[in-house]
Amino acid sequence: MLDVIGLRASAGDKEILRGISLTVNKGEVHAIMGPNGSGKSTLAQVLAGHPAYEVTGGQVLFEGRDLLDLEPEERAQAGVFLAFQYPVEIPGVTNAYFLRAAYNSLRKAKGLDEVDPMDFLDILEQKLKVVEWGPEIMSRAVNAGFSGGEKKRNEILQLAVLEPKLAILDETDSGLDIDALRIVAGGVNRLRSPERSFILVTHYQRLLNYIVPDVVHVLVNGRIVKSGGKELAVELEARGYDWVEEEAGVA
Amino acid sequence: MSSPVETLVNREYKYGFVTDIEADVAPMGLSEDIIRLISAKKREPAFMLEWRLKAYRGWLKMSEPHWANVTYPPIDYQALRYYSAPKTDKPLGSLDEVDPKLRETYEKLGIPLSEQKILAGVAVDAIFDSVSVGTSYKKKLAEQGIVFCSFGEAVQEHPELVEKYLGSVVPPSDNFFAALNAAVFSDGSFVYVPKGVKCPMELSTYFRINTADTGQFERTLIVADEGASVSYLEGCTAPKRDSNQLHAAVVELVALEGAAIKYSTVQNWYAGDEEGRGGIYNFVTKRGKALRKAKISWTQVETGSAITWKYPSVILQGDDSVGEFYSVAVVNGRQQADTGTKMLHIGRNTRSTIVSKGISAGRGNNSYRGLVKVLPKAEGARNYTQCDSMLIGNRCGAHTFPYIDVQNPTASVEHEASTSKIGEDQIFYCKQRGLNTENAISMIVNGFCKEVFQELPMEFAVEAQKLLGVSLEGSVG
Repeated sequence: MLDVIGLRASAGDKEILRGISLTVNKGEVHAIMGPNGSGKSTLAQVLAGHPAYEVTGGQVLFEGRDLLDLEPEERAQAGVFLAFQYPVEIPGVTNAYFLRAAYNSLRKAKGLDEVDPMDFLDILEQKLKVVEWGPEIMSRAVNAGFSGGEKKRNEILQLAVLEPKLAILDETDSGLDIDALRIVAGGVNRLRSPERSFILVTHYQRLLNYIVPDVVHVLVNGRIVKSGGKELAVELEARGYDWVEEEAGVA
Repeated sequence: MSSPVETLVNREYKYGFVTDIEADVAPMGLSEDIIRLISAKKREPAFMLEWRLKAYRGWLKMSEPHWANVTYPPIDYQALRYYSAPKTDKPLGSLDEVDPKLRETYEKLGIPLSEQKILAGVAVDAIFDSVSVGTSYKKKLAEQGIVFCSFGEAVQEHPELVEKYLGSVVPPSDNFFAALNAAVFSDGSFVYVPKGVKCPMELSTYFRINTADTGQFERTLIVADEGASVSYLEGCTAPKRDSNQLHAAVVELVALEGAAIKYSTVQNWYAGDEEGRGGIYNFVTKRGKALRKAKISWTQVETGSAITWKYPSVILQGDDSVGEFYSVAVVNGRQQADTGTKMLHIGRNTRSTIVSKGISAGRGNNSYRGLVKVLPKAEGARNYTQCDSMLIGNRCGAHTFPYIDVQNPTASVEHEASTSKIGEDQIFYCKQRGLNTENAISMIVNGFCKEVFQELPMEFAVEAQKLLGVSLEGSVG
């Protein structure tokens, strides 16, 4: 589904990703772990097409298409979703309006008819259950005045509504208390399917107790220095990142 | 690497065309003779000519105000034409007799003049350069005693009403541009709603400047008699020209006891090109007077004009009267706006609300200037002001100049202000959800303006949202 080959990217003069290769197959869940500043979030942002980063080398294929050639909205329309680490607020625009506009833009890209507000409410009703929310959240402005936990839940709600093929979760666990983490992780688990792949970017192993990954990668200094099964995450939690860095000779 | 907002394409000003129609124009320049000529062209009664001449003599002694936060080269008042009218042979019997070329102009602007096609439930008066070309639904309104006609017609048919209320809210001596307008105004709209009548439809005037080097000086007077109510909307466009054109209008609203007037403006005069060449100088005086328990509400969406200088105000004269001002002002390119309101609390328990949303993009400069004044007898007066600015890009400016003068200890005045910047992050967020940049900006900006748009009559709220999207295209850098 996703092939990242020797990806390099910079912000300004600073090279952050220094040759990343990674293959995610359909239905797989990959965790990207690593110390602060290793480039985890940059990888997530670059895959989604954030304009602050410049791709300086390598290739990204999504279902065989050159992903880097697409505008961010075209990537979204192709089925790539990014759950943001810091979801932005959009005052005055209701969650319902925003979600429907996004939903319809994806339908339009597929050549399908737009869904009217009434029909969309029916769709929403089902999706709200994924994050254990009532309908009242839909009339609030997008993320405006939301707590940290609510913002993350809202990201998962959007994920549920937009049904992407590949979902990238950028530190979705950061700043969550234990209850919010349970709800968010539960939502993600409900959305797992053989047709949908996930990339979980996280600093802590904690999230992976709830969402069990197929593959764990350790990112250090812009490179993947180690990959393994879910037990790698446990080892990292116990031993920290120093030993991997030493092993890779980058410390 | 260019940011997504920078890559937006600049769309042409779609109302920039010129109608090729023969016009009856006055010679260039301003003098008592020109004023006499205008008055004679309009076959005005003597009191009107006297009023104009008095205003002109006052104007000669005044100087152009320069306290606003805008800059422009000196205006040569002798290099302007003060009267221009499309040539017609005979007075119009009905709208269907309007010159086909003029009708075509309004069709192009999306304002059909024939009554069958007209927007349901909205009566329209169309002003082309200096004169009104037709008012729809006039008969239907007359059945309820409502007068809705061009100012020129009102002077002929209802001179007593005109004489009574003209200049009663904005006297010619009020300011330089108001004096100029009083001297040379050629047409505009007039509305009178009789006692206790609720006007059954939206009234609307559409202003169009066509002839080059012509100033447009229209004057609107709306009188809602005791317990009456009316909702009125004006729209404006002008052709693209390299030279600046002056628009100095006056609007007076009179809300008698228990009356309500809602006045909405969607202003989209030509704004000039990216380098600031051409565009309309929109120097306008708008004011309403509210007697006991009356309510006056101004809503404006200002997206056009090279320079906007206007402060729709309310004199809260009667006890328990209410004044409201809801504004969205957008500047892009090299546009400059200095706009806001004045709320003068004179009566007891008078209330006013001000919600101002300023959006600055390109190299635009946007200033909010507002005065809340509570006079000594205004026991229990209340004001709430909310003043938000949004910046798009790094080269624009937003300024706020609130003046608060409270002379009664029981009054309560609140002022809230915020400034935000449309960030790349906000746009990226929307794009990541599948929306393109244009839709993203439009959504964010419309969200920002929501409190104002919801004050507009339904049909126009949609128009205003679209207009905002168009105005902001190619806005950022």
